[in-house]
Amino acid sequence: MTALLYVLLAIIVAIAIWQITNIFNLKGTIATDKDNNTQGILFAVFGVFFYGLMIFSFWKYSVILLPEAASVEGEQYDTLYLITMLLILFVQAVTQFLLFYFSFKYRGIKGRKALFYADSHKLEMIWTIVPAVVLAGLVLYGLTVWNDVMDSSDAENPLIVEVYAKQFQWEARYAGADNELGKANVRLIEGINTMGVDMTDKNANDDIAVRELRLPKGRKVIFKFRSQDVLHSAYMPHFRAQMNCVPGMVTQFAFTPKLTTSEMRANEETIAKVEGINKIRAEKGEDPYEFDYLLLCNKICGASHYNMQMKIIVEEEAAFNSWLKGQQTLAQAISQ
Amino acid sequence: MSDHHHKETFITKYVFSTDHKMISKQYLVTGIFMGIIGVFMSMLFRLQIAWPDTSFSIIEAFLGRHQDGGVMTPDIYLALVTIHGTIMVFFVLTAGLSGTFSNLLIPLQIGARDMASGFLNMVSYWLFFISSVIMVLSLFIEAGPASAGWTIYPPLSALPQAIPGSGLGMTMWLISMAIFVASSLLGSLNYIVTVLNLRTVGMKMTRLPLTIWAFFVTAIIGVVSFPVLLSAALLLIFDRSFGTSFYLSDIFIQGEVLHYQGGSPVLFEHLFWFLGHPEVYIVLLPALGITSEIIATNSRKPIFGYRAMIGSIIAIAFLSTIVWGHHMFVSGMNPFLGSVFTFTTLLIAIPSAVKAFNYITTLWKGNLQMNPAMLFSIGLVSTFISGGLTGLVLGDSALDINVHDTYFVVAHFHLVMGVSAIYGMFAGVYHWFPKMFGRMMNKTLGYWHFWITAVAAYGVFFPMHFIGLAGLPRRYYNNTAFPLFDDVSDVNILITWFAILGGLAQIIFLANFFISIYKGKKAEQNPWRSNTLEWTTPVEHIHGNWPGEIPAVHRWAYDYSKPGHDEDFVLQTIPLKEGEEES
Repeated sequence: MTALLYVLLAIIVAIAIWQITNIFNLKGTIATDKDNNTQGILFAVFGVFFYGLMIFSFWKYSVILLPEAASVEGEQYDTLYLITMLLILFVQAVTQFLLFYFSFKYRGIKGRKALFYADSHKLEMIWTIVPAVVLAGLVLYGLTVWNDVMDSSDAENPLIVEVYAKQFQWEARYAGADNELGKANVRLIEGINTMGVDMTDKNANDDIAVRELRLPKGRKVIFKFRSQDVLHSAYMPHFRAQMNCVPGMVTQFAFTPKLTTSEMRANEETIAKVEGINKIRAEKGEDPYEFDYLLLCNKICGASHYNMQMKIIVEEEAAFNSWLKGQQTLAQAISQ
Repeated sequence: MSDHHHKETFITKYVFSTDHKMISKQYLVTGIFMGIIGVFMSMLFRLQIAWPDTSFSIIEAFLGRHQDGGVMTPDIYLALVTIHGTIMVFFVLTAGLSGTFSNLLIPLQIGARDMASGFLNMVSYWLFFISSVIMVLSLFIEAGPASAGWTIYPPLSALPQAIPGSGLGMTMWLISMAIFVASSLLGSLNYIVTVLNLRTVGMKMTRLPLTIWAFFVTAIIGVVSFPVLLSAALLLIFDRSFGTSFYLSDIFIQGEVLHYQGGSPVLFEHLFWFLGHPEVYIVLLPALGITSEIIATNSRKPIFGYRAMIGSIIAIAFLSTIVWGHHMFVSGMNPFLGSVFTFTTLLIAIPSAVKAFNYITTLWKGNLQMNPAMLFSIGLVSTFISGGLTGLVLGDSALDINVHDTYFVVAHFHLVMGVSAIYGMFAGVYHWFPKMFGRMMNKTLGYWHFWITAVAAYGVFFPMHFIGLAGLPRRYYNNTAFPLFDDVSDVNILITWFAILGGLAQIIFLANFFISIYKGKKAEQNPWRSNTLEWTTPVEHIHGNWPGEIPAVHRWAYDYSKPGHDEDFVLQTIPLKEGEEES
C-alpha cells in the first residue's frame, strides 16, 4: 500500500513539474539565441564545478587512500600507478577544458556561419600517433611490472602458504619444515581437517593450519589459493595483492612483505588515516581503532561476503619463526 | 508496400505492428519502464550503503519479506545490485537504446520503406517483451531474484545452497536472458541485412550518417558475441539442472561434498566476457553514433574526420572482441595471457582518443545550437573521456591487481558506459522525439533535466573512485565490519545524496516525455534543420515512410554551413551544384 503511495507521489511530482514550467514557457521547444547564450555560459560554470569537484575530492579524500605499499613488489605498483595517474589527470584536465571552453565560446548566434572544416589529415595523424606512442610506453612499462609481480619462479627460499576460502571465512596452512604443502581435496574434509588435507601424503605431516595469517618481513611469500565452495577473491590491498580462489584449482600470487605491522602503524599516511577514522569512531562512541593488515574477500560469494576477513600480521623473521615453531601441526591436532 | 493500404486494426497498428517506427516506440517505452525499475533499485541499495542499519519506510514498503523493520537483508541487497546491472545493461541500454534507434533510424536514414523483414522485427520486439516480463516476474518469487551479480559467475549462480537467489530466481534469469539473446539476434540480423541491401539510390556506404555506421557495426558485434552468452547460459543450465560439470568441480558446501568433477568457473568467465566485453560497445557505440549526428547538426558543422570516425568505430568493434580477458587478470588465468589482453585492451584507447578529439574539433568554430539533445551529447563526450581515461588503470594488468572489483571499477564503467550511454539515449530521445511522435518536447524541462543529471552524475561517480582506491570492494552489503573503512562512510553518504538528486531529476524527463506525447507542440517537418533523410518524410507517420518515390541521395550527411549555399544545411537529397565538390 505504502509502495503505491510512493508511486502516486512520483506521478504527482511529475505533473507538478510540468505545470510549473508551463508558467515560464508554454511552447518553448527549439533553442533560441537567448538559450544558446545561457546554456553556453552554464557550460563554463559547469566546467568550474567540474574542476572544483576534482580538486575538492583530491584535497578532501586523499587521506582515505591506502598508505604506501607494504610489499617490495608493491613499490613498483605504486610508481606505475603514479605515472599513469599523472598522465590521466593531464589529459583529463586539457580535454575537458577544451570541451567546456568550446561549448561556451562557440555558443550559437543567429546569422553567424560555422566554419566548414570537415577533415585534416595532419590533425588526425597527430591524435592517432601521439596516443599510440604514449600507450606503447605505458604497455611496455606495465607489462614489465606485471611480469615481475607474477613471476616468482626465481624466488630464493620462499615461504609457501596456502590460503583457503569458504563461505564466509578464511583459513591458512603453512607448509612446515619441508616447505611443501601436502595434497588436499574437499572430499577429505572431516572434523578438524577442515581443508581436506590428505594426511597420508608425507608432505602433509608437518603442515600447520591457522586462522590468522602471520608473515615474515623480507622473505618472499608464495600464496597458494583454494576455495571449497564458490569463487572468492583474496584481496590484500596494503600489499597490492589480489588473486581469485577458484574451486577445483589452485591459484597463486606472491609478494615480499616490506613493512612490519608496527612499522606500518608508524607510517605517516597510516597515522593520518587512522586519526581520521578514530575521530569518526569517537563521535559514534566506538572504541578507537588500531591499524592492522587485512585479507578481505573481493568476489561476491553470498550473504556475508561483506564480512569475510582475516587479520594479517607482518613481523620480523625471527619473531615469525618462533611463532610458527610454537604452532601445533595439523597431524598433532588430528591425533589428539 | 505503400501503394496497397491495409485496413489497420488497433491490434495490427499498436500491438503486433510490423512497422519499424511503431516497433521503435514499443522498444523505447518498454526500455523506459525497465529503466524506472533499474534506477529505482539503485536508489534503494544506495540508501543501504549510506545508512546501513537505518530503517526506511520506502524499503519497508517495497521489499516486503526481504526486509526487517525497514532494513534490507544482505540477500536482497545482492539481488538488487544483480538485477539493477542486468536491467540497465541489457534491457535499457541494449534493447532500449539500440532497439529504439536502430529501428527508427535505419530505414529512415538510409531511405528504405521498412526493415528487410518487418515480421522478424515484430518477433524480435515481442521476444524482448516476454524476456522483460519474465525478468520482472522473477522479482516476486519467494526466494527472491537472481543475486549472484549480473555476471552470474558459477558456482555461486549454480548452487541454491550458496545463495537463495540461485534457485528459481536464477532459472528465470537464465530463461529470460536466453529469450533476450534470441530477440537481439533477430534484431541485429535485420539491421545488418537492411543496411546492406535497402539503401536508396546514391546512398553509398561512405555517405551513410554515422548513426547508421554505429548501428550497423553494433549489430555485427551482437551477432558475433551474443550467441556465446547463450552457450554459456545453456551449459550453466545443464550444470544446474542436469548435474553436468562444465563449470563446477570439487565443491564442499553445507557439510556435503557435491558430485561435480573436472569443470572450471574460469571457463564460464571466458564465455561470459566474450559477450560481456563487446556488450560494453554494443551499449556505447549506438550512443556515440547518435552523438556524432547530434553534435554535427547542432554545431552547424560537418562532423570532423568522418572517415576517421568510421575507422575508429570499426577498430573499436574489432578490438572489443579480443579484450575480454581484462576482466580476468586475477582469475587464475595464465599471466602470459594477461599480458596479451593488456596489450589489446590499451590499444582501444587509440580509436577512442581519435573519437574524443574529433568531437571536440567539431565544436571548434561551430555555431552551437544548445538544444537539450546537444547538451546531453556534450555531456556524453565529457563522461566518455572521464570514464575512458581510468580504463588505462584497469586495462593494465599490473595496476588492475589492486583495484579489481573495487568501487574504482564501479566508478569507471558507470561513467564510460552507463552514464555515457544513457546520455546518448536521452540525446536521441530529445532529438528524434518529433520524428517518433510528431510533437516536440519542452526545452526548459530538458535543460533542467540535463543540468541536474550532469551535476548528480559527476557527484556520484567522481568521489566513488576514491572509495575504490581506499580498497573498498564492490558488492559489500555494508562496510561496518571493517573499521578500516569507517572513513569512507561520509563519502558514501554524499554519493547517495547525489544519487537521489539524479534519480529525482529523471522524473522531470518522464513528465516531459509522456506529457509531450499528447500535449507537446506540433512538430515541423525538419525542426533541427538537419541534412539527413528522415526529415524528408511527412510528420504524420505513414506505412512505407515516403508518400511517393523514395528520394535519391546526392551527397553525404554533413554538409552543414558549406560555402556556396545560402542555408547552413543542405539536405542529402539536393544534387551537387555545378562545380561543387563532394566533401
